[in-house]
Amino acid sequence: MSSPQIPATSEPLHLHVPEPSARPGQATDFSYLKLSPAGAVDKPPVDVSASQTAPLTGQLIRVLDDNGDAVGPWAADIDDAVLLRAMHAMLKTRAYDARMLIAQRQKKTSFYIQCLGEEAIAVGQTLALRDDDMQFPTYRQQGILVTKEVSLVDMICQVLSNAADPLKGRQLPIMYSYKDYGFFSISGNLTTQYIQAVGWAMASAIKGDTRIATAWVGDGATAEGDFHAALTFAHVYRAPVVLNVVNNQWAISTFQAIAGGENTTFAARGVGYGIPSLRVDGNDLLAVYAASRWAAERARSNLGPTLIEWVTYRAGPHSTSDDPSKYRPADDAQHFPLGDPIDRLKQHLIKRGLWSEQQHDEVRTELDAEVLRALKEAETHGLLGSDNRPGAALMFEDVYKDMPEHLRRQRQQLGV
Amino acid sequence: MSGIEQNNTGGTPMTMIQALRSAMDVMLERDDNVVVFGQDVGYFGGVFRCTDGLQTKYGKQRVFDAPISENGIAGAAIGMAAYGLRPVAEIQFADYIYPAYDQIVSEAARMRYRSGGSFTSSLVFRTPCGGGIYGGQTHSQSPEAIFAHATGLRTVMPSNPYDAKGLLIASIENDDPVIFLEPKRLYNGPFDGHHDRPVTAWSKYPNNRVPEGYYNVPLDKAAIAREGKALTIITYGTTVWVAKAAAEDAGIDAEVIDLRSLWPLDLDAIVNSVKKTGRCIVLHEATRTCGFGAELVALVQEHCFYHLQAPVERVTGWDTPYPHAQEWDYFPGPSRVIDAMQRVLED
Repeated sequence: MSSPQIPATSEPLHLHVPEPSARPGQATDFSYLKLSPAGAVDKPPVDVSASQTAPLTGQLIRVLDDNGDAVGPWAADIDDAVLLRAMHAMLKTRAYDARMLIAQRQKKTSFYIQCLGEEAIAVGQTLALRDDDMQFPTYRQQGILVTKEVSLVDMICQVLSNAADPLKGRQLPIMYSYKDYGFFSISGNLTTQYIQAVGWAMASAIKGDTRIATAWVGDGATAEGDFHAALTFAHVYRAPVVLNVVNNQWAISTFQAIAGGENTTFAARGVGYGIPSLRVDGNDLLAVYAASRWAAERARSNLGPTLIEWVTYRAGPHSTSDDPSKYRPADDAQHFPLGDPIDRLKQHLIKRGLWSEQQHDEVRTELDAEVLRALKEAETHGLLGSDNRPGAALMFEDVYKDMPEHLRRQRQQLGV
Repeated sequence: MSGIEQNNTGGTPMTMIQALRSAMDVMLERDDNVVVFGQDVGYFGGVFRCTDGLQTKYGKQRVFDAPISENGIAGAAIGMAAYGLRPVAEIQFADYIYPAYDQIVSEAARMRYRSGGSFTSSLVFRTPCGGGIYGGQTHSQSPEAIFAHATGLRTVMPSNPYDAKGLLIASIENDDPVIFLEPKRLYNGPFDGHHDRPVTAWSKYPNNRVPEGYYNVPLDKAAIAREGKALTIITYGTTVWVAKAAAEDAGIDAEVIDLRSLWPLDLDAIVNSVKKTGRCIVLHEATRTCGFGAELVALVQEHCFYHLQAPVERVTGWDTPYPHAQEWDYFPGPSRVIDAMQRVLED
């Protein structure tokens, strides 16, 4: 028997299924993004409590204003050399992506993923870390490798799965692994690396090391259970880790609202786990660097984890297998209110007399040529599907440290 | 002979629980990179007492409690192993390992392969498995087949205290990821499936001695738990004791192979025995269809076809979830093994 206070009848329930504000042929209403003016958001001390950061998770930390000036509390103390290095790395990352896209269209490789529009985040954070910290990237943080000046030839050999592929042809293109550069092995399974980063950070703490870890995930993949596990463990053990959420608004075809972003922010989740959290303009290199440096200092000072939501936009297709014009406006990226990270840093650097249009064009031209040279050199080691590919015998190695008997038999069966 | 059979002098009487704890104690002492964690593993010492006293001895940095999150435990362990530690992580029941399946199979098992050897997953997941304890559906399962099927993993299951310690030490030292399945039915004493008879504690068992210090039992090596000429029973875990009891009860000269390492396994031990006896039974608690027994039958068929004098029989759990009230109708006890032996010998 229900209580008399509960109405016997009510309106039929209905399921709420979030939709983006615009589909192909329409114009996105970006007012759902909670933006703050540059310089408006406080910079708390690094020993801030999680609850004290709650207001920040509904705001947006930005340094560069519309005029390209660096303003506010997060603007202080960034070396010009860092900014110039960041510009170079962002341009190189974009040049690399553009050339690899062409290589995929030319069928030199089977697959590629660009990070168009998101270059500032990986580049900016990498510049705020030490060389021996370990990053646990997704497939869209190639800017880490470019910033660390990993050999482009080596990276392209992986993309081409050729005889010089450091991963011996076993991995899908772009699933790099560079232990010596603090770049953890990329997995196709989303968010698995997020909790692994926490475990790595716990290990560093157990051993009394001073190295920290960074974890990376996209907006869509925050819905995976490993995201929850990572935040729980990071908080419980106060792990020295920076938990990055790159909110590029899209998970293949699904708008970030389907991941749980409607009427909330991903940064807000961190506070619920007891983790100080920030929400930052991901297309503002100065803000990325400053926030990353702040989070790294917290981690290295035994103050524990930080969650950072980077607000950006996935300007390109999800991958070379994707056509975004089937689910979102074709010109969406041009209307994204946080603009383009390279254009914005360029405006700032030019205004400060550190850069010029001419330099910009020259460097771009040089980088295009450098990437093309690297591609040509990589191609001398073979292309996907050519005879110049990793030997079939390599297929059986590294499954275990020592090859067990059954794999020896299978290798012999194949005759290699 | 199985380790416990050959080691009846020297050492200390230990239960399987004490032997497993001793293995972790030895390795925590021996290697600074060994860490032990899991649900209730730290202060409390584990719901089965397998880690009792370890936190007190080694501190919270080495032995600690974890949140109730199997994927978190597994993922954190993988991250620790990538750093260079040797985590020994506990999943409280094998029935609850499924949330960690993605981390174990997609990540730990493939880390070395996908990174070209640069990152590794030298870790152990300990987890109590098996039935015979009125554990019902979620405290009785034997999920070894789903791990044996995953390339890059080692799957190990001891059947007695001596092997339990030696195999766990070997697993911790091994550079590959190991799924270490512990038959909880054997924690306190051997169990032959005669649930209506009094159970012998390991302390009453004549050959229960375990060395206090370091030793190992090599992986990939089976043990002959009972020598015989009439037929071969390939098994592991609790059913090693069931097979031995069935052979004694029926007076059949069965050879019982305790695989110990399920995969990769000791193929020579299987082939040598079946070629000698010409008849074979595969015995496990896990459900039949696509169970690990199917792989064993296939291997026997491939390698011993011309020596076989009868079809290979499988005695396994039924293809049902593990029931509560029908425990002894489900569990493959001695009478079912005897029936199978008689069928195999008739042919």
